[in-house]
Amino acid sequence: MTIKLTIDGIEIPANQGEKLIDVAADHGIYIPRLCYTRGKPCLGTCRVCSVKVNGNIMPSCTVTVRKDMDVIVHSEPEVVDMRKSLVEFLFSEGNHNCPSCEKSGRCELQSTGYEVDMMVSRFPYRFTPRKVDHASKPIWLERDRCIFCQRCVTFIRDKESGQKIFSIKGRGTKSRIEIDVELANKMSPEQAREASNICPVGCIIDKTQGYDKVIGARKFDIKSIKDRALERSK
Amino acid sequence: MTKEIQTILDKYGSDKTRLMDILWDVQLEYDYISDESVASLAEGLNMSIFDVRETSTFYHFFINAPLGKHTIYLVDSVISRMQGFDSIYDVLEKEIGCTFNNVDATGEFRLALTNCAGVSDQEPAMLIDQVVFTRLTPEKVASIIKQLKQGKSAEDIVNINQSSKDTIAYIHNNVDANIQKGGPVFFKQNRDYEKLLRDSFDRFPDEIIEEVIRSNIRGRGGAGFPSGLKWRLGRDAVGETKYIICNADEGEPGTFKDRVLLMKSPKDILIGMILGGYAVGSPFGIIYLRAEYWYIKAFLEKQIQDFRDKGYLGKNILGSTFDFDIRIQMGAGSYVCGDETALIESCEGKRGTPRVKPPYPIQQGYLGMPTIVNNVETFAAISRIIEKGGDWFASMGTEDSTGTRLLSVSGDCSSPGIYEIEWGIQLNEVLEMVGAEKPKAVQISGPSGECASVKKDGARTICYSDLSCNGSFMIFDETRDILGIVHEFMKFFVDESCGICIPCRAGNVDLLNKVERVKEGKACQKDLEDFKSWGALLKGTSRCGLGTTSPNPILTTMEKFPEIYQEKLVEEKGPLLPSFDIEKAKAAHTEMYKQLMEVAK
Repeated sequence: MTIKLTIDGIEIPANQGEKLIDVAADHGIYIPRLCYTRGKPCLGTCRVCSVKVNGNIMPSCTVTVRKDMDVIVHSEPEVVDMRKSLVEFLFSEGNHNCPSCEKSGRCELQSTGYEVDMMVSRFPYRFTPRKVDHASKPIWLERDRCIFCQRCVTFIRDKESGQKIFSIKGRGTKSRIEIDVELANKMSPEQAREASNICPVGCIIDKTQGYDKVIGARKFDIKSIKDRALERSK
Repeated sequence: MTKEIQTILDKYGSDKTRLMDILWDVQLEYDYISDESVASLAEGLNMSIFDVRETSTFYHFFINAPLGKHTIYLVDSVISRMQGFDSIYDVLEKEIGCTFNNVDATGEFRLALTNCAGVSDQEPAMLIDQVVFTRLTPEKVASIIKQLKQGKSAEDIVNINQSSKDTIAYIHNNVDANIQKGGPVFFKQNRDYEKLLRDSFDRFPDEIIEEVIRSNIRGRGGAGFPSGLKWRLGRDAVGETKYIICNADEGEPGTFKDRVLLMKSPKDILIGMILGGYAVGSPFGIIYLRAEYWYIKAFLEKQIQDFRDKGYLGKNILGSTFDFDIRIQMGAGSYVCGDETALIESCEGKRGTPRVKPPYPIQQGYLGMPTIVNNVETFAAISRIIEKGGDWFASMGTEDSTGTRLLSVSGDCSSPGIYEIEWGIQLNEVLEMVGAEKPKAVQISGPSGECASVKKDGARTICYSDLSCNGSFMIFDETRDILGIVHEFMKFFVDESCGICIPCRAGNVDLLNKVERVKEGKACQKDLEDFKSWGALLKGTSRCGLGTTSPNPILTTMEKFPEIYQEKLVEEKGPLLPSFDIEKAKAAHTEMYKQLMEVAK
């Protein structure tokens, strides 16, 4: 059934049951996101796709469109700034050094930083020491860059047993990403590549992939994350 | 795999959704959850090792490394800090012979802190091996530690008259009920439960729900969702089976009324759950009991067994076609598990992280089935609503907040404890009733609620539309350092944030650091503005109630007591923030340079 909703004052048709974040993209309205992937279950961890729905702030990846929904994405500066703040939080919480990171140019956090016009984080940088883990054969685990999106935890499982290869240890600000070396060593090259590709930052690096393309000619260097998100939905 | 681990796995049918119970059993067997145990569990449950650790490292009371045979958890809450925490802290270090967060030389004892344990009317308090010691004095602590060192168990020490663990007498050896004022709804003696159940089963489930709707009762956990509507939605929900969960996680600092209900009216709660099961068509209930209340567990199990023996629980209850049974799920120390979806995750053996909503528990809750989660007090109140009628209940209180509720009163007053109040009572009336002399502020609903100024808010009424209260009522008199209290509350939130979403995980740390900056007299006006905008960010974008309320201690005290912030501020001079210590930065730079030169040599 087709319904109508309003985004930033413009009436938009949509199919009932669709996710707001996808409907917006289909109509050329890009909402930044770092944990959501179209077609996959929503994780709701990064909150970067937050918008205002009927007066309440909510992540648009969790919202199913409804008739007469009134959505604000860009028309209120506070809402735009909230999304920017959330991206800034991620930069100040971890240790993100784009110039020395293998993921530069294909990093979703980096390119989202550009999209939300971030210059520097308004929050104090923590510089928390985090241990790297290079023990597994296929993966470099650079914990400095983890944003706890849970994509790897949820979507990358051991093919045989369905067990988690990646997991979170501890809670709150002491959380850290773990890799099960035994299971990781059983990963096929394709699965290791997949894990590296779904990581929105340079935390999971495929050891066979390093610097295969020069920075400047990479995915988001050629076409921005925004254009890609909008293109995919056309 | 050891025989013990195999026995534990067998006990739970190697069901990984029972991982919480399994981990508890392992810890009680071996004192901690070792890598070897985890490897065996992982194998037996078809989980990866780190997946087991995801759960075991999430909860405060699970011990993941050898850290002594007995941990002494001193309760660290704002109330205990007002009532002798420091002297108990010192005497524990002296008597045990090690500092906090360490194990003593013998490897027997560890000292640790724990957040509010639901005994705010009897602080200072400490938890040792599933029992609680309350109203501590330095002398009492010295005596307890002496006995522990002589090899006596904590249980034997607390249980002075050797009561059986499943009796109320045993619990009273741990903690007092301290009911200061009863009322029409709670703690009624000699209730005819059988008649109530028989009468209820003579009615249609829809009639039971109608009665709850007519009472207008709203959930007593704090959010205030209409319970009748929740039951209606539960009845209408489609699922292979349905579940009833009683939230006894009572983690909000300052509240302890659920503990007292569990002690004094456990059967009211069970009846409420049975009626819930009958009304929505659920055959099974779970009581999620916080680990801090372990000393109530055996007693509660006994109450459940009593009901089974009488035919109130089990198959074909009282000859009807209705089946219902209840199990207890122990928590393991996590405030966020008070959120109903985090609680459900925990019941399924996972980390207590709140789920993405929708779907709501009423649609897909425990094991993916429609689930009703209600607070302890809600179930107890509903048992009375069905007995006396929804209209009877609705005749009390105010229009939007019907009936009565229990307050857990603590802090600066002559008679802390439990009070049953009718909604609509004025703040001042409560203060007078509990004997509060020169009160300055009242923290209503715990840290997640609001800090009321007695001067400004004294005439306000306690009800959902004005001063909404989840039961926690902490009183601070004129001598108390409000900023220090805010600081403690923010530490609490940093400690308890599950970390699943970024605003709560990172934002609370930044807010806490800023409160410290204010306390140190290094904040400027800009910091106060940041409180407001960062606070709004957390409130707007966090995933669950923890992050959406955690800025409240700062924001509500800034509104009610602006002077405590203003008098600490310094003026910005030049381009540097007042909190930036240039001398310190220069010294650090010089030091680093020196070290580099050393390396270069």
